Amino acid sequence: MKFGIIVFPGTWSDQDCYYALHDILGQGADYIWHKETQLSGYDCIVLPGGFSYGDYLRVGAIARFSPIMSAVEQFAHDGGLVIGICNGFQILCEAGLLPGVLLPSSHLQYRCQWVNLSVENNHSSFSSKCDKKQVLRIPISHYEGNYYADELTLEELEANRQVVFRYSTLSGEISEDANPNGSLHNIAGVVNKEGNVLGMMPHPERACEPLLGSEDGNLIWESIIGCL
Amino acid sequence: MAVSKEILDKVALNEREYELIVQQLGREPTEVELGMFGSLWSEHCGYKHSKPLLKLLPSKGKHVLVSPGEENAGVIDIGDGQVVVMKMESHNHPSAIEPYQGAATGVGGIVRDIFTMGARPIALLNSLRFGTLTESHNRYLFNGVVGGIGAYGNCLGIPDVGGEVFFADCYSANPLVNGLCLGIAEKDKLVSAKASGAGNLLMLVGADTGRDGIHGASGLASRTFEDEQELRPTVQVGNPFLEKLLIEACLELAQTDWIVGMQDLGAAGLTSAVMESIARGGGGMEIDVNKVPRREENMTPYEVMLSESQERMLVIVKKGYEDKVEGLLDKWELRSDIIGQVTDSDLAIVKEGEKIVAQTPVNLLVSPPFYRLRAKKPSWLSELQSFDASTVPDVKPRQCNSTLLRLLASPNIASKERVYRQYDHQVMNNTVVFPGSDAAVLRIKGTKKGISLTTDGNGRYCYLDPFLGGVLAVAEAARNLVCSGAEPLAITDCLNFGNPEKNDVYYQLKECIKGMARACREMQIPVISGNVSLYNETKGEAIYPTPVIGMVGIVNDIHRYCTMSFKDEGDLVFLLGGPFSLKRRSGVRSQESKGLEASDSRLETNEDGLGGSEYLELVHGLVKGRPTIDLDLERRVQKLLLEAIRQGFVKAAHDCSEGGLAVAIAESCITGNVGFRGEDWRIVGRLDSVFFGEPHPSVIVSVSPKSIAKLNRIARRWRVPLTWLGKVGGKRLLIADSHQPKAYIDLPLGRAERAWRNGLKV
Repeated sequence: MKFGIIVFPGTWSDQDCYYALHDILGQGADYIWHKETQLSGYDCIVLPGGFSYGDYLRVGAIARFSPIMSAVEQFAHDGGLVIGICNGFQILCEAGLLPGVLLPSSHLQYRCQWVNLSVENNHSSFSSKCDKKQVLRIPISHYEGNYYADELTLEELEANRQVVFRYSTLSGEISEDANPNGSLHNIAGVVNKEGNVLGMMPHPERACEPLLGSEDGNLIWESIIGCL
Repeated sequence: MAVSKEILDKVALNEREYELIVQQLGREPTEVELGMFGSLWSEHCGYKHSKPLLKLLPSKGKHVLVSPGEENAGVIDIGDGQVVVMKMESHNHPSAIEPYQGAATGVGGIVRDIFTMGARPIALLNSLRFGTLTESHNRYLFNGVVGGIGAYGNCLGIPDVGGEVFFADCYSANPLVNGLCLGIAEKDKLVSAKASGAGNLLMLVGADTGRDGIHGASGLASRTFEDEQELRPTVQVGNPFLEKLLIEACLELAQTDWIVGMQDLGAAGLTSAVMESIARGGGGMEIDVNKVPRREENMTPYEVMLSESQERMLVIVKKGYEDKVEGLLDKWELRSDIIGQVTDSDLAIVKEGEKIVAQTPVNLLVSPPFYRLRAKKPSWLSELQSFDASTVPDVKPRQCNSTLLRLLASPNIASKERVYRQYDHQVMNNTVVFPGSDAAVLRIKGTKKGISLTTDGNGRYCYLDPFLGGVLAVAEAARNLVCSGAEPLAITDCLNFGNPEKNDVYYQLKECIKGMARACREMQIPVISGNVSLYNETKGEAIYPTPVIGMVGIVNDIHRYCTMSFKDEGDLVFLLGGPFSLKRRSGVRSQESKGLEASDSRLETNEDGLGGSEYLELVHGLVKGRPTIDLDLERRVQKLLLEAIRQGFVKAAHDCSEGGLAVAIAESCITGNVGFRGEDWRIVGRLDSVFFGEPHPSVIVSVSPKSIAKLNRIARRWRVPLTWLGKVGGKRLLIADSHQPKAYIDLPLGRAERAWRNGLKV
């Protein structure tokens, strides 16, 4: 199986994603420079974290106009799997591939910390290896991760079961205390209506080895690998 | 003399230095030349007051590949064809004036020093000092500095894995912002900051040049200053996104054979970058300032040569390869301009078009005069040192609980999570031990090894005894690494002092360096790079003399690291070292203590550990006495501990530093989320000294009961006193003497944790 990892100027989770996919999970993986216009031969496209274009103007706002993004849109339109992590999630929202937007955190601080994620929907292509309501330990690292969408959109997301991950307590309770950034409905990760594009703020590529504190991120990668 | 005192003050040269320049040149210098001399002869670039002293520090060792001054950062060999490149630098003065940008550009500068050498930066650490946060201006500085470090480092995707934050009144309005960066490179791909080979091209890469930061080196970093606001324009503004592009592009360039060398533009901008790289190469150079791209109009040659605009690199390109280099830089959307070339003369020639604006021998520019000043022990020091602890009342048994809680909530001891959670400490997928333990541990991908990193330096100790303060800074940094399972390899240092032209400050600097040198030799750890920040005073008051030691160590087997957190119920806790005289005592009855030959629970101290302690200042309002350290015992404690951790049976290890033994035990409990029961302590003498004194070296360790014999054996071999303290378990922190009716310390873990976690109010 082959992953394509998009590299924008300012991306920095590209190498971490590559390491997790290639070195730990033994999958094929290529870096794809943002100036490319073709995406052929890939099973899944990863938009990694970082500060594409320095996050200047507004997070993801410049990167969404990179040449590669038309190809990403086409790839998603054709049903290909796309996962956007952190800055990748922000870019997917800016590009209109996912609903909603990511605002600055409610406490107005950058936060790098472990969070607990409750798996709200284990029927998605990105979570099928998880148990329903399983709690995953995966870190976040962001300033703008506060998920916002208008009420109608939120209702639709919930009705279609598009919320895949929510911030929770260790025991799986969805509470305000467990919410690290003020996201509405504690949303940490959502899929599009078709279910083939996932955006999530936490970094699964940082949770793939016991040595680094958690292996739970592998459940997400293995779900993707398993459904292809 | 042809110039006014005013002009000389602006470039920070004195009249004698000016006369020396005239004499050597055989004429008056031009305006541009004068500016270049001022920058290169400043303390910041030329180390004219500190260099004779810095030579006292040992800089050679079997792992050392590059020593201080040779390149932008020190280099050590870590085997497997890999090297570690490391440097620490201060950005105190800019941060005092504009905390956010000052701290941010400090990160940018230290990171450039590392990738300039072809090494990928993989870790940042920060050692910070502020005045107390009860003052609003200090809170502004603190939030600005932390915000700036986070904003810049997070954007680069380099993990910020550790450091320190310490508060004392003397740092009010003069915060210390010391940043360390460590990179890793293949040994045969290291790049030198050398410009050699006549005809090779000098290429300026990155940001355009503006008027920001002119006189940063000579003005901000090399003088004391009164009116801060006026200096605000000398602080540069950072663009971390551009720096990220420079990192990636320069690391790609380092893999090619198209270049001779790379040098970043830092203090004194183009002047120092060109001159230092040319001086290393041994030739001359010619540049044309008209070729330097500007972001402002009508800039003079003087301004171009002295601008400290950020995110600029000088690449020395092999003649004929300029198109290839430019092509690579284009991919990263980086601007590049050829501004001059290396020549085979010994002259530095700066032109503005056809007009020569500076023409001086390279050697003269980079050879400032060195000063040996008079060191005089300040009269006030003897009085501070002659402290008699008996004049201070001991803590009463019923006050032990509340005193411990007060110490845990002291901003100097309390958890710094509120700071480090604002920094990405995990990116790059190497961080095994996170900030908050004694030292960070990073794995090195593709090997079974790891490295450990820490910064340490106690200004209060150094204020009370500059020599011992120097010894202790090195000893404690090494102890932090050993507690994490690493063997100390090398040091980078930042020496933050007041105005060296004052006798007492020079005394502090000299004694501190002598102390550091003594500890370095004793423990065989070389200093491979560093930086000196002098003139840290405001309105005539100097800061505490504050040496900050950054240290790297190697973890042979990444799975055999250690943290400070207690692990399993029933584990036994011991004290290694400490000042406690040990006498056999019958009646150590607990089941777990079987086989405890060398250990005992009788704790008897002298009062020495109180000198300079956090307890003495917090509870009694005194900064007095002298710190204590037994350097020979220190070495043996560290040998013992490293051997024990490498054998794999030590479950937790924690250095007793600020707050002493009781605080160390509490921290190991809180971070391990498990209690401690020490029910058999027999305290003879002062309670405060045993619980809160800071005698060095003291380390607590926990081991499983089945490992006692092993621990005993190693301790005996290294002749290190081993004292049994109690066992891990439950949800309370309990320290009692079975002969006394009431426990000294008896707290629910949650209470101790709340005090510790909420102590730092930001």
